[in-house]
Amino acid sequence: MGGSIASYPTGPRGNGSGNGSGALQSDGRQVIPDQPQPPSTPLLELRGVRASYGRIEVLHGVDLAVPAGSVVALLGPNGAGKTTTLSVCSGMMPPTAGGVYIAGRRVNGAKPDQLARAGVCTIPEGRGIFPNLTVRENLQMMTYAGVSLSHIEEAAFTRFPRLTDRRTQVAGTMSGGEQQMLAMARVLATDPALMLLDELSMGLAPLVVEELYGIVAQIASSGISILVVEQFARTVLGVADVAAIMLHGRVVKVGHPKALEKDLSAAYLGADGI
Amino acid sequence: MHSVALLAQAGGNDLFSNFLAFTILGIVSAAIYAIAASGLVVTYTTSGIFNFAHGAIGMMGAFTYWQLAVKWKWPTLLAIAVVLLVIAPAFGWLIDRVIMRGLEGTSEVTKIVVTIGLTFGLIALAPVIWSPRENRKVQPLFAGNKFELGSVSITYHQIVIIVVALAVAVGLRLLLYKTRPGVSMRAVVDSRSLVQLNGGRPNRSSALSWALGCSLAALAGILIADRLGLEVLSLTFLVINAYAAAIVGRLVSLPLTYLGALILGLVENYAVGYLPTNPQFLTDRDIDLTTTLRIAIPVIMLFIVLLILPHAPLRAHGLQRSREGVEKPTWAWALVGFGAFIVATATVTLFLSDKNVVSWSKALVFALIMLSLVPLTGFGGQISLAQMTFAGIGAVTMAKVGGESGNLLGIVLAILIAAAVGALVALPALRLRGIYLALATLAFAFFMDKVVFSQKAVFENGSLSVGRPPFLENDRVFMVFIAVVFSVVGIVVVWLRLGPFGRRLQAMKDSPAACATLGLNLTVTKLQVFMLSAGIAGLGGAMFGMLQKTATPTNFEALSSLPILLMAVAGGVSMVSGALLGGLLYGSFPVISEAIPALSSLLLVAPGLIGISLGRNPNGAANEIGTTVRQAIDKRRGRIEHDKEPSKFRAPMEPHLEVETLGIDRGFGPEDLALIDEVVRLDEEVVASGPP
Repeated sequence: MGGSIASYPTGPRGNGSGNGSGALQSDGRQVIPDQPQPPSTPLLELRGVRASYGRIEVLHGVDLAVPAGSVVALLGPNGAGKTTTLSVCSGMMPPTAGGVYIAGRRVNGAKPDQLARAGVCTIPEGRGIFPNLTVRENLQMMTYAGVSLSHIEEAAFTRFPRLTDRRTQVAGTMSGGEQQMLAMARVLATDPALMLLDELSMGLAPLVVEELYGIVAQIASSGISILVVEQFARTVLGVADVAAIMLHGRVVKVGHPKALEKDLSAAYLGADGI
Repeated sequence: MHSVALLAQAGGNDLFSNFLAFTILGIVSAAIYAIAASGLVVTYTTSGIFNFAHGAIGMMGAFTYWQLAVKWKWPTLLAIAVVLLVIAPAFGWLIDRVIMRGLEGTSEVTKIVVTIGLTFGLIALAPVIWSPRENRKVQPLFAGNKFELGSVSITYHQIVIIVVALAVAVGLRLLLYKTRPGVSMRAVVDSRSLVQLNGGRPNRSSALSWALGCSLAALAGILIADRLGLEVLSLTFLVINAYAAAIVGRLVSLPLTYLGALILGLVENYAVGYLPTNPQFLTDRDIDLTTTLRIAIPVIMLFIVLLILPHAPLRAHGLQRSREGVEKPTWAWALVGFGAFIVATATVTLFLSDKNVVSWSKALVFALIMLSLVPLTGFGGQISLAQMTFAGIGAVTMAKVGGESGNLLGIVLAILIAAAVGALVALPALRLRGIYLALATLAFAFFMDKVVFSQKAVFENGSLSVGRPPFLENDRVFMVFIAVVFSVVGIVVVWLRLGPFGRRLQAMKDSPAACATLGLNLTVTKLQVFMLSAGIAGLGGAMFGMLQKTATPTNFEALSSLPILLMAVAGGVSMVSGALLGGLLYGSFPVISEAIPALSSLLLVAPGLIGISLGRNPNGAANEIGTTVRQAIDKRRGRIEHDKEPSKFRAPMEPHLEVETLGIDRGFGPEDLALIDEVVRLDEEVVASGPP
């Protein structure tokens, strides 16, 4: 499976120019990239994004880019605005200013379900599963992304054999790690273009976190672009191509994960000068 | 009743055929209850809202069916199909769209009140559309044809009912557990936003679940209409009977709901045949237990099932961001307010006509009864649907104790006895919360209505005369007296709110889980506030009786508690002034419809409409007014500090383009993949240096 990104800022889309090799989409459309963009167009880009809860502004102009096919880790202390940034990207929260670009297209204010069906897979903070549904029903919910249930089951159960025995179990009764696996199965099975991952490590044992990040690395190697938000886990730095540090509603530093590692402690301890 | 007729056909005294007849009738009743209850369960599991209006919707469905099939003479099947597949789902969609969407972030009280408002509105609306003067009848299906089974005859209509109930069970099971829309409807309850993140459309799911719930309600209404007749209240209460069945399934399990329906249906019909007749010593005292208990079986079962239902665990994350909250009262405001209120009332009495004095006094009495909800519902977050019942107890006590001369000891006893009965109800129901407590009080109200207030021993010949002491004989003086009583009780309520008891109540409302971790014993607090509330309601009832000089059971029937709750919440149930406002508003309806008859039907529906609108402004009118006044005064005094000036509010941005055409999608052919890979394979350097 490949994280396939077609980005065309101009030209016709949807019905493509059709050179015969374009696969038929589930909805019958044929999509063929005709005018490839320069490689520098990021799959996800935020330009000067501001967002507020009521009258309280929490993002004061966030600039961030996730280059196609790469893993970007967004780090920062509690309250820096990481989760809000992710909410803006996934469409859960409309920005009040600035622009959200996905594959070069401005998607400000797009509904989260529209984005999800278009290939943005968001796994929210604290297990992205339905606790009162069975594992199988959880998998069934993933079919909204336009993939058949049999395909999803195959993908999920091949990668996580542990889930096979639990298919009729209510998801909320599984262990935290298993629940997070079930959530990750959505990414593996629906093969999106972009994955947004929030606090994967929350409340999980370090060993499980490491295992899960192994899966993230594998997903990344299949070409899916990933934006992952973390507060504490440094495990993420081993997976990320780019790391960004967020403080007080702004991205204050972007760079190679190794180079940023030493700045992290300073950021968490409240040094504004980085 | 119907069963008697069937018995006669069964051929008299044969024990076995009697038993068979009752069993079959029991199963048929059970089937109807099951259909109605399954609709309730569907809406609850898929929207998290307990739909009090389910019965009223079923009633509307039955009337609509009559309109099409009988009045307009459409073919039966077509009429049924149009009601079940078009009108009822459309109504459900409308309810979801207009009412339920506005309920996010509101408390459970508001959610319950809104559906109660809908119930009340529909009950009031039906006679406006279908005049009660006309005699309506719906024929059973297949023209009531029957066949013989042994010595018992069964109609095809009854067979249809049983088959439909089974089909509904199987159909719902398949829909909710096997299909994606069904699974999605259940997923919405877990997390609306996660459904969206999965690409689902939660709005569509909840609209579908309301449409389905309304269809099932209408189905039950249509199937029972031949038996109950087209009568607004009996059709509506059919579903209150179904509550008991739904509660057996804890509002989520369909199989248990069906079991509950079966038990209820059988018990009810066996009671018709096998309940012993009244013993002599009861009939001597004008008490009829057999008939009344038989009618009350569904509510008795509801109460018992609620009590033996397993504990719902305390939920720690129950604390949500709420749109609700009012400011604490202050002594200065309260005392000035009560003083002004008494003076204003005294002044107004001088200008009102004799008739209007009584009308507005009634409004003040309603305000007093609504005041009983302020500590219970407003501070404590508990719902009671039995306030008029407690008022009834107060009125009866006043009549029996106060005598001709209206001994004021009667008022004291009215408070004490109502509080004692309140304690009796509250004791077993103490561990119930939210919707379960509301249902328990509703069951109690119906029980009192059907079993106690209907006894000759209680209301003698349907009305009791209530005396007033000589110094209150004048209606104008009595009106001022009501205002004084209201103020005194109001001061007590404010005093409680500002003291430790008020803090405990507020804590109980905000987070039972946090109270548990603090070691706060809520049991005593709950019992106290329930008794307090019942006592105030009892006082209100005594005043009600004294005002009218009579008390009749219809004043205190179970349904009359619903507008009390609705109007109290509309006025602002967290504030004493809110209760006053609610009472005045409620009392103004008859006055207005007297003055402008054209508005009378609108005013009948008004409490319902007001209740429905609460989803938009759950804190009530008094809070709205109070906040505005306070802000105006603060502004004049220059109290608003400039550094506190809120930053400018910016509206979220609107969608920019249709995202469905984005083109980030899956399923490219191998050549395309290769091409894209080339496009997106980034230079190591670019990656390392981050975005431009």
